[in-house]
Amino acid sequence: MKKIFRFFPIAALVLIFSACNSNTESVTATETKDAIAKNGGQEAVQDDVSQKDVVKIAVSSKDHTTLVAALKQAEYVDDLSNAGPFTVFAPTNDAFNKLPAGTVDGLMKDDKKADLQNILEYHVAVGVYKTENMKDGQKINMANLGDITLSVKDGKVMVNGVANIVASIPAANGIIHVVDAVLLPPAKN
Amino acid sequence: MNSFFKTLMLVAVAFPIVWLQSCKPKGTQSAVSGDAAAKVYVAPGKYDEFYSFVSGGFSGQMSVYGIPSGRLLRVIPVFSVDPEKGYGFSEETKPMLNTSHGFVPWDDLHHIALSETDGIQDGRWVFGNGNNTPRIARIDLKTFRTAEIIEIPNSGGNHSSPFITENSEYVIAGTRFSIPMDNSNGDVPINTYKSNFKGTVSFVSVDKTSGNMSIAFQILMPGVNFDLARAGKGKSHGWMFFSCYNSERANTLLEQNASQKDKDFIIAVNWKKAEEYLKAGKGKKESVKYAHNIYDEKKHMATSVIETEVTMLDSKELTDMVYLIPCPKSPHGCDTDPTGEYIVASGKLAATIPVFSFTKMLQAIANKTFEGEYEGIPVLKYDAVLYGEVKKPGLGPLHTEFDDKGFAYTSFFVSSEIVKWNVKTLEVVDRVPTYYSIGHLSVPGGPTRKPWGKYVIAYNKITKDRYLPTGPELAQSAQLYSIEGDKMKLLLDFPTIGEPHYAEAIPAELIMKNSQKIYKIEENQNPFAALGDKYARVERKGNEVHVYMTSIRSHFTPDNIEGVKMGDVVYFHITNLEQDWDMPHGFAVKGANNAELLVMPGETQTLAWKPERIGIFPFYCTDFCSALHQEMQGYIRVSPAGSNVAISFGTGKTDSTAVAIK
Repeated sequence: MKKIFRFFPIAALVLIFSACNSNTESVTATETKDAIAKNGGQEAVQDDVSQKDVVKIAVSSKDHTTLVAALKQAEYVDDLSNAGPFTVFAPTNDAFNKLPAGTVDGLMKDDKKADLQNILEYHVAVGVYKTENMKDGQKINMANLGDITLSVKDGKVMVNGVANIVASIPAANGIIHVVDAVLLPPAKN
Repeated sequence: MNSFFKTLMLVAVAFPIVWLQSCKPKGTQSAVSGDAAAKVYVAPGKYDEFYSFVSGGFSGQMSVYGIPSGRLLRVIPVFSVDPEKGYGFSEETKPMLNTSHGFVPWDDLHHIALSETDGIQDGRWVFGNGNNTPRIARIDLKTFRTAEIIEIPNSGGNHSSPFITENSEYVIAGTRFSIPMDNSNGDVPINTYKSNFKGTVSFVSVDKTSGNMSIAFQILMPGVNFDLARAGKGKSHGWMFFSCYNSERANTLLEQNASQKDKDFIIAVNWKKAEEYLKAGKGKKESVKYAHNIYDEKKHMATSVIETEVTMLDSKELTDMVYLIPCPKSPHGCDTDPTGEYIVASGKLAATIPVFSFTKMLQAIANKTFEGEYEGIPVLKYDAVLYGEVKKPGLGPLHTEFDDKGFAYTSFFVSSEIVKWNVKTLEVVDRVPTYYSIGHLSVPGGPTRKPWGKYVIAYNKITKDRYLPTGPELAQSAQLYSIEGDKMKLLLDFPTIGEPHYAEAIPAELIMKNSQKIYKIEENQNPFAALGDKYARVERKGNEVHVYMTSIRSHFTPDNIEGVKMGDVVYFHITNLEQDWDMPHGFAVKGANNAELLVMPGETQTLAWKPERIGIFPFYCTDFCSALHQEMQGYIRVSPAGSNVAISFGTGKTDSTAVAIK
């Protein structure tokens, strides 16, 4: 088990992330150009002035293409564009790649949408949880009603003993904590 | 690797695919259907089918819309002053906004309750809550005016209110903030919350004939936050169900600290039992201070009385009166279905809707199926009371309304949609997106034993790009959906005032037949009325000058007034002598630092005016009344303090022979 969760070079990741963050205008512009926007949800609102929401930040990150694809497949792009506030634990592409081969592809199939939604909901809490307020042993109840458990050592936060928070990015509607492993919901509701 | 994969597969197996039907429609499917325009079109001169009474949120007022057109019919001033109508500015209406804190000219009106008889809307009164300085208001639907406001003591903010019982026996008031009780020492450290802060719910009785409110009793509760409530009905009549959050009893950063526990509570209160305890003298008299303001329709005048006592029943000491039902994740909405059997609770952070059974609750109480106690109150076992859960209906359920066909409609803030589900089978049957992030929703008659159905109206929290932009502050967005067919259909967007929270709609014929056209002049008992031109006069009482003025198309009597001196306070008592429907007269005087008066036919209203300089001051009618409206005007002369200009007045006198009375 331990082998799969190799630590990602933290500094490099933050660099990639913040670099992408400033790049989003072109993405949102093409998304909201046409008339479909009229009937879309809040993700389609044309607004390049406001601070970016958690979805726009994720979309702008080259390192979160798997997560964004999963959010689209689970139809959570609109939900996470709403007022929130959300705390999103955002696994990197490498985190997804650490899953056994074929896992992600399997979850992206239409008949596994409920499973995918459950896993994604386990990465989202309603409320803003900042790392500076996180306490060792603290539980957070996630959108799928499962709890995650935090451990704090030397100022570093780990989730469920498997995923490190390697960067935190404030968003207009909450906060994203970049994590280096996918969180798996406990097998009960 | 293998064990990891197994774990993942376990997860997949443990979650059967039950959510296919609940997949959210793509945006384009929400396009308005072809016949929407015809469905909301009310031809010129025709009436809407329903009145909708919409809370004005931070405007403090209540607005009235026609449904299905979405046309604004009226804004009723309730908790906030309204210079347009002189409400809170005229001497007669100022006492309406009196509280134990003095004159409070603003509040935050969140929830609506229409009066009921046998669980059916009767169209007599509509109630609204004051969220900030705790109050309940009653509006008379003959006149669409605020008739009464009662302050709620031992409350930190009246959110869980007014939510009426099925024969309008009570409107209720649950405190949003727990606080030290009014008659205890409130000067305590905030971090002594758990020992010093308490909650209360108040049962405010409503007189069957007059509608007058009175605090029958309060129940002392644990120091949680009371959120919303709904009365039992039919078989569950006699019970009231409150939702609460912050069972952690946190006093700071509730965003995190009030979301620690998996479950908070639905609080079931047996108010018939409470009445028995009250009768048996189990209540304790508590010394408090609260204002009770009543508007007298005959005197056209409000009086404010400060009351000093309430009777408190203690939930810890009196058994069989209060029970707790565990409910996941900070429940918000707490709604009972038309049969009274099902209690629908919505954990606003949850992705599930628990539906509790009243019958099972009674059994669990009889069998003492408790999982423990919370602050001395028995906590029922969740599974023993649960009828079932609506599984994975959406994210962030808030409120539920019901139609006449056995369906429930739940609003989802986070996933921004209305979800229709079958109350019996708990199956989700339809969903529509809202634009954007819906809060409350309303089906005509939706909270009663007899829903009228036909429409569901979404009151949204976020507007963004739905209307022409108006700078940073945007129109508030309401949306009308047809629920006549199997599928909900978006018909109309319409903007509302303030921020709408809850609203209630009622068939128009239940109200319009009683709507009053004029106040009868012979019934006018205002002590400052001038019931005819011959009674018009000006009198000095010390430094008060009382002008008893009449108005009728198209002049004031008197319209020339002299003898006012610097340092005087002038009271313009305007009686509108018209006895003709829709013929109000307005009154405004230059430099008045309060407002205008808008005086209905047969009514008397008073504006106080303190001149701040010497000279001639025009006054005029502000409400376009007639072809000679522009001629409806007058002058008042202000002389220096020591002047010997005598009081004189008149109308139609062309020389200086105006009658002097002193």
